[in-house]
Amino acid sequence: MSDALVAVLLGLLLILAVGAVRAADLLVAAITLGVYGFVMALTWAAIGAVDVSFTETVVGAGATTVFFLAALLRTSRRRSAAPGRLRLGALLLVTAVGTLLVVTLHALPPLGDLAAAPSVHVSPRYLEGTRPETGTPNAVTAVVADYRGYDTLMETVVIFTAGLAGWLLLTREP
Amino acid sequence: MSYAYWIAVALLMLGLYTMIVHRNLFKKFVGMTIFQTAIILFFLLVSIKRDASIPIVPPGTTAAAGFMNPLPHALMLTAIVVAVATAGVAFAILIRLHAAYGSLEEDVIGAATPGDGTPPR
Repeated sequence: MSDALVAVLLGLLLILAVGAVRAADLLVAAITLGVYGFVMALTWAAIGAVDVSFTETVVGAGATTVFFLAALLRTSRRRSAAPGRLRLGALLLVTAVGTLLVVTLHALPPLGDLAAAPSVHVSPRYLEGTRPETGTPNAVTAVVADYRGYDTLMETVVIFTAGLAGWLLLTREP
Repeated sequence: MSYAYWIAVALLMLGLYTMIVHRNLFKKFVGMTIFQTAIILFFLLVSIKRDASIPIVPPGTTAAAGFMNPLPHALMLTAIVVAVATAGVAFAILIRLHAAYGSLEEDVIGAATPGDGTPPR
């Protein structure tokens, strides 16, 4: 993990996010969002979350961009140039929520703290048990497919339901 | 490196602002995606341990301190896949909305909808 690399990637993320939000052409917004997803995946690889990074590259940056482009082809890539509504109210709300989040940040454990609450209870048990109990070197695979297998089972139910909903929406005539 | 939390908060607020202000439904989707990835970034920042390696355990190792926390990784893996599933449903709804109203601007759809909320035709 290189701090300088993470800093550059995080800065790039902010620029790309603003670019995707401000793009006048929706095609440009779709492609910028794809690049944003890919840089996000690189950031996660740089902070040691390699499995999440693979998944984000394939389904977050890849599949979502393809879905976005397919939806744009069947609708319209133009949007009205009129400014949005509720600008002041939204700005006030976002400032209030953002301030609240930043003010409470000091209560979080410092980054990399070995004694932080998320890293002490069940997580060492997973890391120590993964080889003797599941025979898998990759602890994330062990958690997804073994220790928390019911989560993954229910996840397939979510994907099935979403696929069913998309199929019904797109194939039935009103 | 604790400034990384600030970046996650900034992305979160950018996504929220976009979802409220923009009238185009595709732009609202862009805001939603930024919001989701910012939350995942936050969880993954929590999984960092100092001087630790990726959570792949070589044979003969038992110390947990040398590896990143695998639990947030596994949970966020689920979150990404669910995000893609919701994106698929969102795009299907947008295609149907465009077929019914000829536009994806919030105010055009609102003006074309009678008071009782039923779609035209």
